[in-house]
Amino acid sequence: MLLAMKIKAAITAAVLASPIALTVAPVAHPVDSAITEIAAKPFQYRLAGDFSRDGKPAPAPLREALLAASIKIMNRQVTAGEYARCADDGRCPKIPQASAMAERPMVGVSWRDATAYAEWMTNKTGVLHRLPTDEEWVFAAGQKVREEALPLVDPVDPAQAWIARYEAEANRARPGALDPQPVGAFGRNENGLLDVGGNIWEWTNSCFLRMTLEPTGAARVTNTNCGVRVVQGAHRTYMTDFIRDPRTGGCAAGVPPANLGFRLVVEDKNWPALQRMIVATFTPG
Amino acid sequence: MITRRIALLGVAVAAFVVAVPALAADDLNLPRQAVALVAPPFVHPHEQATKEAPKIIEFKLVITEKEVVIDEAGTKFQAMTFNGSMPGPLMVVHEGDYVEVTLVNPETNAMPHNIDFHAATGALGGGALTHVNPGEQVVLRWKATRTGTFIYHCAPEGMIPWHVVSGMHGTVMVLPRDGLKNREGKALRYDRLYYVGENDLYVPKDEKGQYKSYETVGESFADTTEVMRKLIPTHVVFNGKVGALTGKNAMTSKVGETVMIVHSQANRDSRPHLIGGHGDYVWETGKFVNPPEKDLETWFIRGGSAGAALYTFRQPGIYAYVNHNLIEAVELGATAHFKVEGKWNNDLMTQVQPPGPILPGKSSAADAVVKTR
Repeated sequence: MLLAMKIKAAITAAVLASPIALTVAPVAHPVDSAITEIAAKPFQYRLAGDFSRDGKPAPAPLREALLAASIKIMNRQVTAGEYARCADDGRCPKIPQASAMAERPMVGVSWRDATAYAEWMTNKTGVLHRLPTDEEWVFAAGQKVREEALPLVDPVDPAQAWIARYEAEANRARPGALDPQPVGAFGRNENGLLDVGGNIWEWTNSCFLRMTLEPTGAARVTNTNCGVRVVQGAHRTYMTDFIRDPRTGGCAAGVPPANLGFRLVVEDKNWPALQRMIVATFTPG
Repeated sequence: MITRRIALLGVAVAAFVVAVPALAADDLNLPRQAVALVAPPFVHPHEQATKEAPKIIEFKLVITEKEVVIDEAGTKFQAMTFNGSMPGPLMVVHEGDYVEVTLVNPETNAMPHNIDFHAATGALGGGALTHVNPGEQVVLRWKATRTGTFIYHCAPEGMIPWHVVSGMHGTVMVLPRDGLKNREGKALRYDRLYYVGENDLYVPKDEKGQYKSYETVGESFADTTEVMRKLIPTHVVFNGKVGALTGKNAMTSKVGETVMIVHSQANRDSRPHLIGGHGDYVWETGKFVNPPEKDLETWFIRGGSAGAALYTFRQPGIYAYVNHNLIEAVELGATAHFKVEGKWNNDLMTQVQPPGPILPGKSSAADAVVKTR
């Protein structure tokens, strides 16, 4: 909770600072940030988090979803060179990269680092930059989203699901290379996004939720943990926000993400969007 | 590293050694049994107790210097191995047997090697009688006079630790002829045996902090020694690689089955722990003449020794078998998994209430503490 409060304070500070940014003429997106706009249309979305019904584990519901508006999202991940500029400005923690690969995607970043970068971009451009929500990421990832229904844990004999999950995770295809590859190495999806589901998993802004499914089908949040965020890539997982090396967290005993990186979404209208983000991030349900 | 003089000397020694096995066979009138070794974590077929008289058990160890990958990031490592695996194979004999090892150092290798058996008596465990240059072999026979799990390792002068932490260690298990027993003298048996060999690895890094790779074993020596002298391994792994015993390579068992885990560490202390299980019977020092300890949570493996633990699985699921210095287990790699089939026992464990909101007003032990404040 204390952690969430601190982050909230940080974001509030950014909000207070933003009117100053707004007084300058909004800067166009830097050419190399390569934003793609995707018009809203209905899509299938399996809710993230942990679900139960009548006190027993239940599968995450699959919902028909529709974003409120079109989404403007980077068609590639933030590169090491871009991140380094934020670090040079003293606004992002310095994170040494494996080798001189400024043109390649930035890896080894925590949610906090990614968020610091988004705030820096927001201040620099006067346009709100933020991490996508899990819903937005799934929408933009399109066909690249891998539906993986892991077996449910039966409290009467939980071990069977653990074994089945372990086997499913052990059988996941591993990316051939673990080092960041040149942008585009993992292909382009139908929305024009590059490298979705490659060897880099991407931070989202969505918090880990524990939910109870009501008889009506509604999902009621019983616990919100914003110290853990949804991470997306070749499979969905959940990661503590300060983790930079995913090998030390997440994915239970199976195959953890190879790398943690991120891409950003941008919003033209500053204040209401930021407000929405804060509400979405810190209000259960 | 090998002078021409040493190489020539090697040829002479080899010529002498070739004649030895024939002589040995004549002066010791015992039946012989050749055993094909298998790579860890498995072990060759063997009797746990035997009614047969002592024999000469023949093993062959071929030394292989090769590049291996030791983690998921693809870090390359110049390894030196017995039979190509880290650790070398587990050899099982019975007390009173003669162990006859043919140690082969193929021409393709660059280093001289030898072997020191902790179970053997005299000549530095055989180390003084087994120096072989590339292109040579030697045959050593020693009598298994003591029961237990014992390390063997390479021990060439001036480079002992480097050879050991480059992969050259394994284990010999000498079983009592009438099998294992508990403190009361009741027979103990296992349905499966797994051999877990722990390696502490010291991989040099470049000025950017990246692991360095080398073309040959010899080229890695100077830098590796420098890292070794700081005593902090870059990797602590089971069976030669991070994840060698996890995922598709996880060890398997089933409820009701008794598993023996032999754990060796030739260089550095370790403390195996089976998460969610126990050691029913543990020979922490690995020597079967001493009664096994019972019901251990964690056991201590002294650097330079091998221990043995028996456990009968009572609950299905995924178990982690770790070095319970958890930094070494999680950060450096010393983690293995067991996948255990069977039926869940609710009596041993049950989730009474799934995770949910903290309910006020319900009487529980935790609430009682709050109320008394």
